Amino acid sequence: MQEWANQLCENRQFGSKMTDSKYFTTTKKGEIFELKAELNSDKKEKKKEAVKKVIASMTVGKDVSALFPDVVNCMQTDNLELKKLVYLYLMNYAKSQPDMAIMAVNTFVKDCEDPNPLIRALAVRTMGCIRVDKITEYLCEPLRKCLKDEDPYVRKTAAVCVAKLHDINAQLVEDQGFLDTLKDLISDSNPMVVANAVAALSEIAESHPNSNLLDLNPQSINKLLTALNECTEWGQIFILDCLANYTPRDDRESQSICERVTPRLSHANSAVVLSAVKVLMKFMEMLPKDLDYYGTLLKKLAPPLVTLLSAEPELQYVALRNINLIVQKRPEILKHEMKVFFVKYNDPIYVKLEKLDIMIRLASQANIAQVLAELKEYATEVDVDFVRKAVRAIGRCAIKVEQSAERCVSTLLDLIQTKVNYVVQEAIVVIKDIFRKYPNKYESVIATLCENLDSLDEPEARAAMIWIVGEYAERIDNADELLESFLEGFHDESTQVQLQLLTAIVKLFLKKPTETQELVQQVLSLATQDSDNPDLRDRGYIYWRLLSTDPVAAKEVVLAEKPLISEETDLIEPTLLEELICHIGTLASVYHKPPSAFVEGSRGVQHKRLPARAGSGESAESPDTVSTGGVSEAPPAVIPSQGDLLGDLLNLDLTPPTTTGPPPPTSSMQMGAMDLLGGGLDSLLGGDIGGSPAMGASFGAPPAVMPGSFNAPVSGGLSDLFDLGGGVGMPMGAYVPPKTVWLPAMKAKGLEISGTFARRSGVVQMEMTLTNKAMSVMGDFAIQFNRNSFGLAPAGPLQVLTPFTPNQSIEVTLPLNTVGPVMKMEPLNNLQVAVKNNIDVFYFSCQYPISMLFVEDGKMERQVFLATWKDIPNDNESQFQIKDCHLNSDAASNKLQGSNIFTIAKRTVDGQDMLYQSMKLTNGIWILAELKVQAGNPNYTISLKCRAPEVAQSVFQSYEAVLKN
Amino acid sequence: SYLSTAVGQLSAPQHGDVSLLVQVLICRNYKGDVDMVEIDHFLPLLMQQEEEGLICPVMSHGNVHFLWIKHNNLYLVATTNKNSNASLVYSFLYKLVEVFTEYFKELEEESIQDNFVVVYELLDELMDFGFPQTTDSKILQEYITQEGAKLEVAKSKVPTTVTNAVSWRSEGIKYKKNEVFIDVIESINVLVNANGSVMSSDIVGSIKLKTMLSGMPELRLGLNDRVLFALTGRDKGKTVAMEDVKFHQCVRLSRFESDRTISFIPPDGESELMSYRINTHVKPLIWIESVIEKFSHSRVEIMVKAKGQFKKQSVANNVEVRVPVPSDADSPKFKTSTGHAKYVPEKNLVVWTIKSFPGGKEYLMRAHFGLPSVENDEMEGKPPITVNFEIPYFTVSGIQVRYMKIIEKSGYQALPWVRYITQSGDYQLRTNA
Repeated sequence: MQEWANQLCENRQFGSKMTDSKYFTTTKKGEIFELKAELNSDKKEKKKEAVKKVIASMTVGKDVSALFPDVVNCMQTDNLELKKLVYLYLMNYAKSQPDMAIMAVNTFVKDCEDPNPLIRALAVRTMGCIRVDKITEYLCEPLRKCLKDEDPYVRKTAAVCVAKLHDINAQLVEDQGFLDTLKDLISDSNPMVVANAVAALSEIAESHPNSNLLDLNPQSINKLLTALNECTEWGQIFILDCLANYTPRDDRESQSICERVTPRLSHANSAVVLSAVKVLMKFMEMLPKDLDYYGTLLKKLAPPLVTLLSAEPELQYVALRNINLIVQKRPEILKHEMKVFFVKYNDPIYVKLEKLDIMIRLASQANIAQVLAELKEYATEVDVDFVRKAVRAIGRCAIKVEQSAERCVSTLLDLIQTKVNYVVQEAIVVIKDIFRKYPNKYESVIATLCENLDSLDEPEARAAMIWIVGEYAERIDNADELLESFLEGFHDESTQVQLQLLTAIVKLFLKKPTETQELVQQVLSLATQDSDNPDLRDRGYIYWRLLSTDPVAAKEVVLAEKPLISEETDLIEPTLLEELICHIGTLASVYHKPPSAFVEGSRGVQHKRLPARAGSGESAESPDTVSTGGVSEAPPAVIPSQGDLLGDLLNLDLTPPTTTGPPPPTSSMQMGAMDLLGGGLDSLLGGDIGGSPAMGASFGAPPAVMPGSFNAPVSGGLSDLFDLGGGVGMPMGAYVPPKTVWLPAMKAKGLEISGTFARRSGVVQMEMTLTNKAMSVMGDFAIQFNRNSFGLAPAGPLQVLTPFTPNQSIEVTLPLNTVGPVMKMEPLNNLQVAVKNNIDVFYFSCQYPISMLFVEDGKMERQVFLATWKDIPNDNESQFQIKDCHLNSDAASNKLQGSNIFTIAKRTVDGQDMLYQSMKLTNGIWILAELKVQAGNPNYTISLKCRAPEVAQSVFQSYEAVLKN
Repeated sequence: SYLSTAVGQLSAPQHGDVSLLVQVLICRNYKGDVDMVEIDHFLPLLMQQEEEGLICPVMSHGNVHFLWIKHNNLYLVATTNKNSNASLVYSFLYKLVEVFTEYFKELEEESIQDNFVVVYELLDELMDFGFPQTTDSKILQEYITQEGAKLEVAKSKVPTTVTNAVSWRSEGIKYKKNEVFIDVIESINVLVNANGSVMSSDIVGSIKLKTMLSGMPELRLGLNDRVLFALTGRDKGKTVAMEDVKFHQCVRLSRFESDRTISFIPPDGESELMSYRINTHVKPLIWIESVIEKFSHSRVEIMVKAKGQFKKQSVANNVEVRVPVPSDADSPKFKTSTGHAKYVPEKNLVVWTIKSFPGGKEYLMRAHFGLPSVENDEMEGKPPITVNFEIPYFTVSGIQVRYMKIIEKSGYQALPWVRYITQSGDYQLRTNA
């Protein structure tokens, strides 16, 4: 060793004379010719020098392929260095000279039998890199021998060669049985051979996603786990990545693998750590959360993740991108580690931005003061992108942690005072979101914001400011002037700003109709007649139509209460998140995109998924909830990407922060809009226009060109709108019976009520259509229920927008709770209702489908189900026939699940599918069911067992209703 | 799928000299699924990102992804068109730097050109078809040498070490005197806010070995590790709770996981055996208070007070307090109670050096700079004050080597030597300026 070091020093002292750089200097014209002569020289030394020159030329990109035969002639040598150089040359040029490459075959075959394992390995390694079809056939025999070579160095090289050959000619590899030999190598005594065999098989398996190539089973997994302790760091990564593709049979196996993988978290190589994290994050999914080990594992994950932040910056970046995923999947792991994500002055920008992202995700009431202080510090840095993100982060904190909102707003105001242009713009964008989240709380700052109107040059900031002006038009004295100032350059603005300006001015008009007619006319005509942008025109026309036909409705639509905005932004959609967790450490986890989005030819490849929970003795929790949220955290709402038409109309098009979750019961507004724009439009024309007489009166019908070009697209848009409105509330496809008339107008002095019940995102609702068939305006509505079987009661007042004019029809949604007084009714699901208005009190009764009371966590654990089924006396069992149902058992199961009837197990006996199902009522009563479905037989048999057998009839009715609709 | 294609190394373009362009120094296409001309897209992409101020270690062009690191003026770039294991790729690129540096002392354009034959050989041995193979430079040096000409066939056998389970140590090593030198080095990372509150502080410790032992010795290292003591039920004296521990490949991780024993066959010569992280809040060893007053268009006045917050018996050596100053400052004047201050205009810093700084002492430095009447309108960041120091014979955490057992079948006696040192890591104090 010492000797070697001395030689090295000598080498360097003598300088260029002794180095290879001289080979780069000969660049004369007759070079090739000269080289040719030298290559054919008798002197060994000269030959080698010549080959070096050739390689040097190749390295700098010169074409030396003309020397192919001469270089290949040098191949037969016992000088290892020379041989390596010739091989290098071959790898580069064989493809362009396939015929001549054959010349080399003999030497390869010979070299594969050389007594020196280095040469055998070199030959087999190089042969695999020569991507010439004709050569591959000759490769098979030597490869076969090398796979069984006595020297592990040769075997490990041969293992990789199988993957190389497979890449060139997959069929050949399969025909020759190399895959089986490769599988055998997984049991090799040498850990490096095992690791390479695993790597090669994984690589091959990737191009054959459905072949059961890796054939992982508890035995082979055990072998891999043993090899894991012995092989190099890289081998450990191959094995861990391979393990991550395995799905353990049950939670016990899952735990035992986790136990054997956790020591890898202490490896010095960050890549080993991340691959181990991947395996653990994946297998953890199968562990019951009440298991002690589950908690232990969670605790073990945090320290190594934090340590990754001391790695080289590029590795930090990969780690941070992955931590971002991990924090979304299991927020509890790093919730106490906020400080390590504080940004250092000398962090590279890509690290800074990622840290900031994670800081926002981890922000909570407990750490918000510190976080805010940090963010304020960052906002005064010089890096524009970083500063912008820091300002945004302050806004996110305000929205996420209510207690900090006030401090955030004042911090933002401080920042606005700096007058640094991009800081001001960014601050205004986030203040808009804060206004959305906490309406009527911080409007005192509007004046300060308005001072900065002129300095806003970015569309997003302009749009935000315009939104604010429109939203609070009634409090801004010169709102009309402010908005008018934007109109001058209307056509130069970006679409975002144009749309916002249009909406803001319409809002202004609805709030201050007398002074702003001219302005609104102006913007409507700019948006419709002078614009080529279909979105802008559509919106303009809709507003125009609304304003001219029914200003009251216009008010309801445009000034509607907006859905709440979500706390979290940019959350990754849960199924994608699951897939990305399976790809921890890879490019997919860095891009936050599935591999299919950026790897060619991988579209058909199966998406990886986390394993479902298996095993026994866990708490009653469905896998769905497990996979989306943390221990106690509710699944976070995800921001829709774009293009929510309803949101668009409600002018929520400013940037993400909106919820996807079904909007809270403001939906009556949307229903109103639907109806208004639907059939009843004409009948409403010319009717009593409530509110301000100035409205509408000044509006002619929309321009004559409209009906032709307008009706068609709008009715298209309307049906979209309708679909959306209908779809919003029922993401699961829960069954909602059609509305029936509950209270005919004859019996209620002109008030007609028809309605139905629905369960939307866990809330029971009464959805009613009220129609005023009387001659006068109605108002002062109220509703009350009589005591009933399940304690149903209104969760709020009946909100009927007044004035409710003759011939008007409106949709009202009344959320219900089940905490009211209880009295058993006959039939069980009967409900007696009293509705009052300014005219009288009216009574009616209706029946709700009992499925409205099936709660979301009605999935019983298998074991519990079995025990309960046995436990309930047979007398309590009732059997029913469901006739004429043509669904197969899976379809039936899916449909029922939409109404919270959960299939726990399925068994097939003699072509008859038995579905075992459970559901739970709001009062905690469990109902167990066995549904028999026979192929070709449209009649189902259902047996119900429940400790309260009186519910059976209603449950059966619900089954029938759900399955047949 | 791992690194699917190539490792290319590019030399950086000279400053502003685009005509020189970039020349690919050397590249090795491991899989053939990415065309090597793709590397031509790398530099334009990089320059574009630099211009936008948003560099990122992963870039893509079409379906080719570039994962790169920079070393000196070289870019080491890996290209792939698969969903490669990104953390493996970066680990590997850093390993390349390590191996090349150990081979050529310096990894730079010249050393690559001077040794391109060896570089090719190494690239072949380090990775095959995108799978990293043997990357331990000590082992590689046994069969890939720069003295290719002298290498006779007989001599160039594969060292069994390459494929052994003990892939980091060769057999047959001999020393006359068997010794192990153990360095316990703790680096203090501190981030202090402008108002003087400590935002974060941690200790990153490292135990380095210089092993001069014959044969295949079995070593066991004993530390006053709290978890170990809790396991064994012993409770003598001070113990240290390590938040996270990372080990060299040679340490048996499963053994450590089960009974906290650090057992291993050491690599020969120098190596980092383990590193650890401790979260316990430590008082910043050298406390800095600063007042930086900027009078626009006229002057900057800086007052810095440094206090040694460690034991009186200890001494911090080579203390350097680096205080940022505006880039347009001029005519510096200094006054120090000890040590000396120097203006480093190219870094916009005042460096105050104190050769020897005993614990408990407090020193003062004042600096005065002129500012031009025409102000620099470029926004300047607020770089923090940073401090460098070294305190020998002392670890902040109190970690101690209790024993180092050395067992070799020949039964020789070997001596372990232990040294402790505490030094500054990422030691930053934000200022108000």
